[in-house]
Amino acid sequence: MDRETSRRAFLQAAATGLGLGAVITVAPAHATPEAMEDAIRKIVGSSRVSKGRVKLELPPLSENGNTVPLTVSVESPMTPADHVRAIHVFTELNPQPEVVSFRFGPRAGQARVSTRIRLATTQTVTAVGELSDGSFWSASAAVVVTLAACLEDA
Amino acid sequence: MSGHGARLLGASALTLLAWTASAGEIPPAERRSGYDFMSRETRAMQDDDTVNPGMLGVLEGGTLWARKTGTAGRACADCHGDGRASMKGVAARYPAFDAALKRPVNLEQRINLCRTERQQAPALAHESRELLALTAFVARQSRGVPIDVAVDARTKPFIDNGRAAFYRRQGQLNLACSQCHDENWGKRLAGNAIPQAHPTGYPVYRLEWQSLGSLQRRLRNCLVGIRAESYEYGAPELVELELFLMWRARGMTIETPAVRP
Amino acid sequence: MSSALVNVPPRARRGEVIEIKTLISHPMETGYRRNQLGARIPRDIIRLFVCTYNGTEVFRAELHPAIAANPFLVFSTVATESGTIAFQWTGDNGLSATESVAIVVD
Repeated sequence: MDRETSRRAFLQAAATGLGLGAVITVAPAHATPEAMEDAIRKIVGSSRVSKGRVKLELPPLSENGNTVPLTVSVESPMTPADHVRAIHVFTELNPQPEVVSFRFGPRAGQARVSTRIRLATTQTVTAVGELSDGSFWSASAAVVVTLAACLEDA
Repeated sequence: MSGHGARLLGASALTLLAWTASAGEIPPAERRSGYDFMSRETRAMQDDDTVNPGMLGVLEGGTLWARKTGTAGRACADCHGDGRASMKGVAARYPAFDAALKRPVNLEQRINLCRTERQQAPALAHESRELLALTAFVARQSRGVPIDVAVDARTKPFIDNGRAAFYRRQGQLNLACSQCHDENWGKRLAGNAIPQAHPTGYPVYRLEWQSLGSLQRRLRNCLVGIRAESYEYGAPELVELELFLMWRARGMTIETPAVRP
Repeated sequence: MSSALVNVPPRARRGEVIEIKTLISHPMETGYRRNQLGARIPRDIIRLFVCTYNGTEVFRAELHPAIAANPFLVFSTVATESGTIAFQWTGDNGLSATESVAIVVD
């Protein structure tokens, strides 16, 4: 079985091998808050995104960025005339800003989804809700991401 | 059967008295599972079988259990019937002494011995998906069962070897397992709490691995982490350490498949 | 081989909003990791999850590499009638996995 070697583990091992002592951690190339804004623009176009209506639940501290539980919801009667069309989730510092898009209709009953996401580092997660009347709403949550203490080498 | 059990219990009680606590050993009443040191979210992942990612392995193991394999064309189920009944309590007794090999074997090795000797099938590779799935399926059937590895004249030397390894300083950092896990459990190391290192939930779904993994994989991680010499999978040193850790966790209940950071 | 664990109440009242839980085994290789030789490990993820209820789509999720390995999704649907709730996961390298469960709605 191929053993995964994260960059930080590889570099940490290399640094120790060179007798440098200090741990060199080089984060993988990551998106910027600007890239996240662009990704959100692609979804909403020129419409305004208002804060509110969306509830984003994330733990303030995550034991491991590989698996962070997330629940996102929008209060809505979910009728054909008034429902949530979609919820999009973004990050500002992952290698790419898009995380997931959920699409709903009145048959959903409620606009509420739970999943598990990856966070490359401590950062803010943003969810954008799209309603059937064409309006966009957003909420954000900050997560501190800790790493496992004893990293694995191949 | 009850006579044999009573003899074992008597032997365990005597050896408990004979083996007085080493300096820093956690008093039995203060032992806590790694579960207690995790965040609420990670605990929630373990508590519910419908959301526990380790259960995917248990599900696959159940399928493999029923599948005929090897030149003998035999499934585990052909000898052992419904694993959910026949395997109850098994994982709580492993590693166990194998009379033919004259040494203890862990559950993974036991499964492979069955494969090669009874099913005439090739052994499954260490940490392979299939071996993890079968081990997880078997161990899941011991959930809630107290750990009870045999302590007798045959196993004592191996438990002693494992115990010596646990208390021995080693590696570039000159650390012994006991220094973190007996003397500094509960304190934080690089953002994570140091657990007491009781193997109550193996194979475990470790978030760092994003998959199930064995106790030996975790021990190898630890050895690399303290910059000590690691061992190959299946090495007697690792099995002895597993046996000691299970003895150290005697009476604590199996939680497989546990979720850990 | 992708194993899936799905959890749907076997029985519900008409109009009741039921919760569905799904878990599927998949490494969700991001495409951003490198092996020890520095070469990129190619992306291999589930990209789309669709839930249909007696053939009508009721929920969809478009997944990106930031969804954790062994994708886990909990969502809701209205119990409208008895029948079959089906799930399909599709993704890179021709991945296609399906699962379905029966539901009785009174």
